[in-house]
Amino acid sequence: MTTITVTETPLLLHTLRLADSALVLAQRLSEWCGHAPMLEEDLALANIALDLLGQARALYGYAAEVEGAGRDEDAIAFLRDAPQFRNLLLVEQPNGDFAQTILRQFLFSAFMHPYWSAGAASRDGTLAAIAAKAEKEAAYHVRHSGEWVIRLGDGTDESHARILAALDELWPYTGEMFEVDAIDRVMIDAGIAPDPLFVRAAWDATVDRTLTEATLARPAAGWMQSGGRRGAHSEHLGHLLAPMQHLQRAYPGARW
Amino acid sequence: MTEAYMPLWEVFIRARAGLAHRHAGSVHAPDAEMALQAARDTYTRRGEGLSIWVVPSVAITASDPADKDALFEPTASKISRHPTFYEVPDEVGNM
Repeated sequence: MTTITVTETPLLLHTLRLADSALVLAQRLSEWCGHAPMLEEDLALANIALDLLGQARALYGYAAEVEGAGRDEDAIAFLRDAPQFRNLLLVEQPNGDFAQTILRQFLFSAFMHPYWSAGAASRDGTLAAIAAKAEKEAAYHVRHSGEWVIRLGDGTDESHARILAALDELWPYTGEMFEVDAIDRVMIDAGIAPDPLFVRAAWDATVDRTLTEATLARPAAGWMQSGGRRGAHSEHLGHLLAPMQHLQRAYPGARW
Repeated sequence: MTEAYMPLWEVFIRARAGLAHRHAGSVHAPDAEMALQAARDTYTRRGEGLSIWVVPSVAITASDPADKDALFEPTASKISRHPTFYEVPDEVGNM
């Protein structure tokens, strides 16, 4: 098995954090393909997955360029092991039921939409261009998932119970989106990355408005999970990566 | 996933400005807003549309196929309604 380790400069780590979250969530959503509760939603989830995969590809392409080690996007996506992944813990959580999948999408997209919006002003031209494209996609993701959260919360007894359980399960994973470590600080101060502190107000407003309409109470602020952006992952990530990376590792350089 | 929660909606797409909305198909959705999203995801995947209408399928009143002859047969003999019925004099040139 071929495994690579990339040397993470601040810009590379920052790019990988964004890329890995997009790829891992794309892979999770793809697991619904052919299994969604209805055909329309099967297409909707696959559409969102493809948007995220497109973002991941652009970001990995840039990461490969920044690394300058002659690797391509596939090598970075498929040849790193789980501890080298820098995605949020939130996105690697299992799909659970439809409510859990939708809520995970909503909590993530409600953050990414204002994040990309601010990121379009990045001093890094490539990241700014990726952000400008991703912002439009994220706007739809937050709308679609948010409308579902409202309908599940304000729906039947069963849909309410399920979205409530999802909220309890996933809420502790939301804190990681707002973390700022030393590397983030360097990127923020350089005008390359948006400060999540300023994204927080938009996220709070979207989440509060949606939960209220969904007749759901916002969970109390409490202990938050952390570690994904440093490579300390839940046991779920390895199980996600194994089938995703199998082909490239068993047949290096395989092409369609 | 019963009809009561997920009624059917007819989808109309306008491909370009100036064209009429055309019937594209139907989707299941809990309400109009979600029907628009389902229509977007189902019928505009290849850049087909600039505008979408959704209409509850139950709001559409359709003609009865059994009335086909009474409704449509009488026009068959009125060939004067087709432009091809008329001979255009050569002097008119291209119209």
